[in-house]
Amino acid sequence: MRGFDRPTLALCACAAAVYILVLLATVTGLLNPYWQRVLDQALIMGIGALGLNLIYGFAGQFSIGHAAFYGIGAYTAGLTSKLLPVAGIPTFLLALVAGTAAAALVAFLIGLPVLRLKSDYLGIATLGFGIMVKVALDNSNRLIPEMGGATGMTGVPQTANFGWIFLFAFLAILVCRNFVFSGVGRACMAIREDEIAADTMGINTTRYKLIAFTLGCALAGLAGGLYAHRYPFLHPSIFDFLASFDFLIIVVLGGLGSLTGTIVTALGWAFILEGLRVVLGSSFVDWRGVIYAVILILVILLRRQGLFGNREAGLLVPAFYKGGKHAAAGG
Amino acid sequence: MDWNYFAGQVINGLQLGLVYALIALGYTMVYGIVKLINFAHGDVFMVGAFIGYFGFVHWGLPWPLAVLVSMAVCALLGVTIERVAYRPLRYAPRIVALISAIGVSFFLEYFCSLSFVFGADYRIVPRPMEDVVWRLGSVSVTNVQVLIMVVVMAMLVLLQWLVYRTRIGAAMRTVSYDHDTARLMGVDVDRTISITFAIGSALAAVGGILYSIAYPQIDTFMGVIPGLKAFTAAVLGGIGLIPGAVLGALIMGQVEVMTAAYISSQMRDAVAFAILILVLLVRPSGILGRTEPEKV
Repeated sequence: MRGFDRPTLALCACAAAVYILVLLATVTGLLNPYWQRVLDQALIMGIGALGLNLIYGFAGQFSIGHAAFYGIGAYTAGLTSKLLPVAGIPTFLLALVAGTAAAALVAFLIGLPVLRLKSDYLGIATLGFGIMVKVALDNSNRLIPEMGGATGMTGVPQTANFGWIFLFAFLAILVCRNFVFSGVGRACMAIREDEIAADTMGINTTRYKLIAFTLGCALAGLAGGLYAHRYPFLHPSIFDFLASFDFLIIVVLGGLGSLTGTIVTALGWAFILEGLRVVLGSSFVDWRGVIYAVILILVILLRRQGLFGNREAGLLVPAFYKGGKHAAAGG
Repeated sequence: MDWNYFAGQVINGLQLGLVYALIALGYTMVYGIVKLINFAHGDVFMVGAFIGYFGFVHWGLPWPLAVLVSMAVCALLGVTIERVAYRPLRYAPRIVALISAIGVSFFLEYFCSLSFVFGADYRIVPRPMEDVVWRLGSVSVTNVQVLIMVVVMAMLVLLQWLVYRTRIGAAMRTVSYDHDTARLMGVDVDRTISITFAIGSALAAVGGILYSIAYPQIDTFMGVIPGLKAFTAAVLGGIGLIPGAVLGALIMGQVEVMTAAYISSQMRDAVAFAILILVLLVRPSGILGRTEPEKV
């Protein structure tokens, strides 16, 4: 019963506790709708960033086009919901499946040729792909008028509440944990450390790179699907290369190869950004970008390995992996 | 097919490509020497355009002097960026310096947007000279296009001389092979890297000014897209190689202008990047790049 060992149960208990705390904070008015939106956005970004961490942090495949898959997921899920005649939970879930599947399919098809490239060349190819997707979304209304093209898309039923987003974030964490500590995850880490050595050890590098890339992008698609059902306005510029930088920043600041780091940073980063807005007030809103940049530079200069390095919180390490043999601490 | 129209577009593409080439050179030189995608380079290009504009319009400098001031400011800026944000991370994993570069890029964009720096508004750059159109047969060429061609060609010749015929050029080439060995040979690695940043940034300043003369509207985010395109051009040609950067930039300029002329101006980014991906699939290290054999 690997799936229900003690750390897993503790993780579920922890998630339930956090969920109840957030609900309490909402009921007592401690968490107003504004901060609720920030929290939801942070969780959605966290799901996408977990996906990028699988691709880059664990499998070592540099991608700066992650937001493209986030956008594909958002638009596919949004369109599915919008076109289906009845709004409701089944439609919402179907739309999420469609968004996730579309992102995964596109990732598979583009990954098959592109993942042969190495490091910066792969990064720039994925960046280029992201820009192509953005242009496609900008012109999408020529093919499907409901997608709105450069004017943006509205009218997606806003079905996703905190409960759903939290549930999917929790599931994403579980999936990532199980992936990382599985044989496939080990194979991916071997590729990250040394692709040729991994190849020599009999690891089918193409296959595992593709698995990590497809799964990571599927998570981005899921995050996009949730976004489409939480925020009423979809626009191609939400999914441009700057959004890809956001995912990259979260993953690197959290620590490459640390799921804990990604989750903590996704939450922390969103709250710092919004917190700055509140702290600075309207007269200093111009300074927000400057302070954001300075924080980013300082954090990376002072803590180059990321907040968590490649360590993992105990809750995210399955029981069969405990006992000092945590191979993710490879380096 | 209208050949005159086509020839006109070729010249427009050349104009754009040559400006990209000046920016791409900075990317490729820095990449060659420290293996870093200097995302802040596009913003140095923006600063160059603004200083040139202020020098000419507000400080009343003559154009050549405004260009020199802009080059000097950008060279200093480039060296400062390297010293503060990249040097402490030089031997860290490369992604760390890349994140730092993204941070510097954001910093320059938002800091320059503050009202006491450059301000967030668009500014219109006046042409330093009257527009003149020359007719070569049935093809017309503007004096701005000739200016860009002459200046960029001169810069390329100068750079070629600097890199292959001077001591500092030899030092740069040595450092780009191997930092440790270069140091053993008595090359001052830190100083060489600083000079590389200075040269690359000064070229970006010239690029920024030429760009603002050709497309006379500037704002503090103007460097993002040309920077991205120029970087892509450098990758297309084979990053780290000076001829590769120029070749890639010329191709990029032609592709963009031709797509805008014959297909749709909205599609030009998509087509440019589609070509990039296709080229990389055939030549994974760019057109002129040599693919290293895989070895343990």
